[in-house]
Amino acid sequence: MTTTPVGVAPAPDTVDPAGPDAALIRDMVRIRCVEEELCDRYRDDQEMRTPTHFSIGQEATAVGVCAATGPDDLVFTGHRSHAPYLAKGGDLRAMVAELYGREAGCARGRGGSIHLIDRAAGFAGSAAILGEMIPVGVGAGWSAALRGRSSVALTFFGDGATEEGVFHESINFAQVHRVPVVFVCENNLYSISSPLRQRQPAGSTITDRVAAYGLWARSVDGNDVYAVRAAARAAVARCREGAGPAFLELHTYRWREHVGPGWDHDHGYRAKEEIDDWIARCPIRRATDAIRDAEPRVDDWVRQWEQRYREEARAAVRFARAAAWPSVANLLDGAYETVGR
Amino acid sequence: MRELTYWQAISEATMQCMADDPSVLVLGEGVDDHKGTFGTTKAAYERYGAARVVDVPNSENACAGIAIGAAANGLRPLVVHTRADFMFLALDVMVNLAAKWRYMYGDQGGVPVVTRGVVGRGWGQGATHSQSPHATFAHYAGLYVATPASPADAKGLLVTALRGDTPVVLIENRNLYPLTGPVPEEPEPVPFGVGRIARAGDDVTVVAASLMVHEAERAAEQLAARGISVEVVDVRSIRPLDERIICESVARTGRLVVADTSWARYGLAAEVAAVVAENVPETLRAPVRRVALPDSPAPVSWPLEEAFHPGADAVVEACLALVGDDRGSLPRLSSVAAEFHGPY
Repeated sequence: MTTTPVGVAPAPDTVDPAGPDAALIRDMVRIRCVEEELCDRYRDDQEMRTPTHFSIGQEATAVGVCAATGPDDLVFTGHRSHAPYLAKGGDLRAMVAELYGREAGCARGRGGSIHLIDRAAGFAGSAAILGEMIPVGVGAGWSAALRGRSSVALTFFGDGATEEGVFHESINFAQVHRVPVVFVCENNLYSISSPLRQRQPAGSTITDRVAAYGLWARSVDGNDVYAVRAAARAAVARCREGAGPAFLELHTYRWREHVGPGWDHDHGYRAKEEIDDWIARCPIRRATDAIRDAEPRVDDWVRQWEQRYREEARAAVRFARAAAWPSVANLLDGAYETVGR
Repeated sequence: MRELTYWQAISEATMQCMADDPSVLVLGEGVDDHKGTFGTTKAAYERYGAARVVDVPNSENACAGIAIGAAANGLRPLVVHTRADFMFLALDVMVNLAAKWRYMYGDQGGVPVVTRGVVGRGWGQGATHSQSPHATFAHYAGLYVATPASPADAKGLLVTALRGDTPVVLIENRNLYPLTGPVPEEPEPVPFGVGRIARAGDDVTVVAASLMVHEAERAAEQLAARGISVEVVDVRSIRPLDERIICESVARTGRLVVADTSWARYGLAAEVAAVVAENVPETLRAPVRRVALPDSPAPVSWPLEEAFHPGADAVVEACLALVGDDRGSLPRLSSVAAEFHGPY
């Protein structure tokens, strides 16, 4: 494990035999391994004191979308932030150190799991109030366009955030001003424990409602990483051409509880059979199945990746636990800019 | 020095900052219309057009968030609310994102969004078009909040805001717009957190914000004829607050009146009283008096509205009470806002 400075994404993996399709599997495996390791540590060690929303089971959305982005494109997310952070190239050790509240964290221990950032990687920030990063993504994309840049902003949120007024305000503004922003809705069917059918009207979909504003909007199998990438490429290309904003509804499912490391089939809001049904549609397994004929070695690769990334995750945990706490003397740092304080 | 009205000073600061820095742009509902936000955005629109003076949809929440995203990606948005009460629709992103951005992402840069809110008080604007929400925003660490009273400060504080890296809220009482005063021609910044002695005096300190600075000056003028010397401290910015100028003045006069355009409880008047109580309590020769709004929403009916908003006369009463004097033959003073004309 080489040391990587905080805020700098790790160098691209050059030893992999994988092509672009297998690389998507590799990136999903990496996120899965990291999150499973973090779940275990979170539950067993009680050392990460930060509400943590895992993406286990829905890795294809982050990986497929981020594979369609370039280094200058900016990604914003809501609370379920780890997977997009890692998929965009965010520094793993800085993320884990952040969860452990260390000064070496990507937000110096001030932000925690829900306030990740890695500016160098183009992961421009995550925040936890539902929907609030949606207009921020619009503003970032608008800024790029106004300044004549070709970069695109992407903003991730869940199905629940589409119930917020600011979602509709942002869609409206983006369409009026032809903003190069991709709205990425990860529809995992639940807002905490409230099912979508109790929260949104039957007879129309989120995609339908967005399309009514005139946006290019696509409803995509969010557990098919190749389909996600294809849709995201089309969305990003439209933005880069100045054709206006794009919307992606990616249908997926979180396997674990809304917040925290546990399974929740005994919480009473969804059936174990439903969870098992979605586990059978695991995005990693599906992506692997899809290319096995063309890449017969893919199962070996997956095993190697699992070994490598579990070790990388453990090393990141070791790094984080050994890292220094922030100094209490610096409690106020960053409340204001130093000039004028 | 040449004189400008308050609104002309704001317009000039906006124009000069836009000329100096191509990343400055103005966002607001109707900023491009024939009135141009009381004239403050009119010249900028005529000069820079719709690309940099942008009429936005009626989406205060999203537009504040869009301004934050634009600021995080290289622009300096100046967001304008023709009625400050609409800023409540943007509270989430202003408080949960703009104020906290620098801190919660580990001090890697802020989001320099400047938000102007116009207080509509007067002409029956009533409960939801009259409020002055400076204390609401000042409660949250991470924002600067100012209530400029003079044309020079209206210009200088806006210049500082548009050059800094801290999100700023500027609250402007529309009754200030026609007032004139000397304003430097150059875009000279006025720092946040530095108050101003608007009038020197020895017997009573009146700490005031925004419109109440002018009401306090009128009161001081009248009381001077009675031999009562009133010092008027214009706080200019309420976060950061110039605690030193307040405490030094009170330490000399021994008496404190705080005059605000908003409610007394949990607001600027309460904060100033707390600053004095914490730092120079032994210098107080009388209890602190707060001149502020009564504990009700703003009414519409003319006599009720007149009674609701304190003016110079209320400051006179408070000062007299502190020195143990009574009104005697002093005539009633009208308020600065009494000169306001319709239609709305």
